[in-house]
Amino acid sequence: MVQYPSIDWLAISPLVILLGGTLLVLVVGALTKVWPRGLYAVSTAALSAAALVVEMVLWNRVGHEGPVSIINDALAIDRFTLFVWIGVTIATGLVSLSTADYLRREDLEGPETYTMYVCAAIGAMIMAASNDMVVLFLGLETLSIALYVLAASHRRRVDSQESGLKYFVLGGFASAFFLYGIALVYGAVGTTNIARAGQLLSQQVFVDGDDALLLAGVALLMVGLAFKVAAVPFHFWTPDVYQGAPTPSTSFMASVGKFAAFAAMLRVLTTALGARADDWRPVVWVLAVASVVVGSVLAVVQSDVKRMLAYSSIGHAGFILIGVEAAGHAGDQDGIPSSLLYLLLYSVLVIGTFTVVTLVTRSGDRASDIGSFRGLGKERPLLALAMTVFLLAQAGMPVTSGFIAKFSVIKAAADNESYAVAIIAMVASVVSAFLYLRIMISMWMSDAESGDEAREKVAVPWTAGVVVLASVVFTLVAGVFPGWLIDATRDALVVVR
Amino acid sequence: MELVVFVIAAAMVIVGALGVILRPNPVHAALSLVLTLFGVAVHFVALEAHFLAAVQVIVYAGAIVVLFLFVIMLLGVDRTEDISIEPFKVQRPMALVVGVGVIGLVTAAVSSSRDAIGRGNGLEIPTVTGDNDSNVRQIARSVFGDYVVAFELTSVLLVVAVVGTVMLTRRIKTGKGES
Repeated sequence: MVQYPSIDWLAISPLVILLGGTLLVLVVGALTKVWPRGLYAVSTAALSAAALVVEMVLWNRVGHEGPVSIINDALAIDRFTLFVWIGVTIATGLVSLSTADYLRREDLEGPETYTMYVCAAIGAMIMAASNDMVVLFLGLETLSIALYVLAASHRRRVDSQESGLKYFVLGGFASAFFLYGIALVYGAVGTTNIARAGQLLSQQVFVDGDDALLLAGVALLMVGLAFKVAAVPFHFWTPDVYQGAPTPSTSFMASVGKFAAFAAMLRVLTTALGARADDWRPVVWVLAVASVVVGSVLAVVQSDVKRMLAYSSIGHAGFILIGVEAAGHAGDQDGIPSSLLYLLLYSVLVIGTFTVVTLVTRSGDRASDIGSFRGLGKERPLLALAMTVFLLAQAGMPVTSGFIAKFSVIKAAADNESYAVAIIAMVASVVSAFLYLRIMISMWMSDAESGDEAREKVAVPWTAGVVVLASVVFTLVAGVFPGWLIDATRDALVVVR
Repeated sequence: MELVVFVIAAAMVIVGALGVILRPNPVHAALSLVLTLFGVAVHFVALEAHFLAAVQVIVYAGAIVVLFLFVIMLLGVDRTEDISIEPFKVQRPMALVVGVGVIGLVTAAVSSSRDAIGRGNGLEIPTVTGDNDSNVRQIARSVFGDYVVAFELTSVLLVVAVVGTVMLTRRIKTGKGES
């Protein structure tokens, strides 16, 4: 007789709601005529909102009953998981809304793009919740394959097809590394369960190079995860893919993709390999420093805004890696909370930024060079103002959420006496401020050039307007009153072990 | 006896794998894959995983490779790709060095810690009984018990694959946008 595992339906209901809802939208959408303007997006956002409500209920439940691992220890439901779930769900809703008029403008209207968003979000949520490497790998693949398709989804732009193929080939390669890493770690530890691997490794004593297999596995796992978070030197795909992909898909990659990959990285490194932190911490240190420096310096020399933001996202990944590095010090209480905080704040920021970029690239999604922003301050002052807020926040300006994010990771590094990385990060942050200033100058201070009148006007549909407004409000509120968010991230320290 | 079977099967796997990447004709490459998959099936038999061996032959060597051949035929066999052009001259020698290096490191890691594999840790090797159905039963227990989340997730992955394929291959309307 097969022993069926007991299933905690409430705990997996956010996933069930999202999957069931999006399949319903897909099937009904395929059988009916094109829905009225924006309805696909609004229904997807409504699904996200429904999932968000359940996640809030779960957040309270975990607060009362403590973290649990469900369905034969495959998924871990703790506040770490739920924090990422909440972030991913919010990001999915926002990106769906910002996609609504984009698809209409580019004549690509249909429900499939939203299904891809939601399926990718489910993959991301599984990655964050996975308590087993096999489940983690499946979540990673669900997320990645949906992202490859999204990158290639603009059928009329060759750039989009090219970026999809590049991402697919390199991403498949990285997944293979990751899978091999899982196999070697399994060989060394004897289990794919993350919490159990952590327990075993904390008791096991390796003698005489017996741990070479484990270390090789950890190295391969790091390659796979560093590729997904776009850390230097595994970042080469990022500029091309970010530039070529449809702009809303780029914002989805930069928010949900990073959130999931970092969540997986944090769980694997701190829970499964926490006992071996001295082995992986130097690797993360190098990745962090290389990403901050290369991301900031190369961002400055770009002339295409989407490429600039791609390099800046590499730099931001470096900052989050500083938090991951801090989490590798014994007895650290700041690393995981600061990384999670950075991820949430950056996701909202990057969605806001790319929503403005989506509007500015105009029909055809091609005008992403910095000249396209010329005169935006005169033409659409409110939109330019919102973009200014996002750029200042990304630069780490006080009163915005970006300052809180950068401050928290650098504080975590300094508390663990990683002064070198803290100083390098601050210098790089100053360098990258130059890039954000360049876009601002182009928006507000550049003189109009001949031919500017002939350009298409920048239209602001209400769905994109809502996303921009929500992102601005969140950026400022989180920048002025960060206390409640910091408290929430502190709760995420109690995980399934 | 076991060693002989292992060596022959391993040789099949490696020769097939080399064929996949070295044969200039894509049909030959796809057929080399059959050899590899068949070799893996022999390994499964040697490990007494008869069910997996059967599935390996039926699904991979049968269905998947036929699918590959379909795609190759659809896209045209006779198209050749000129891979002699090299934008970065150092790329290939470097790829060779790094590739050999990675293989060397992993081999060294496995051989130096082979004694540690499965020793005194969580590894539970299920006992093989003489029962012919035990294989199938064990797999069913794993799939619908221990790994039920992974099993169900695979269906989400398949949904993504199907919807993605439709998205990327469907004919686009020639509307206001240029093609």
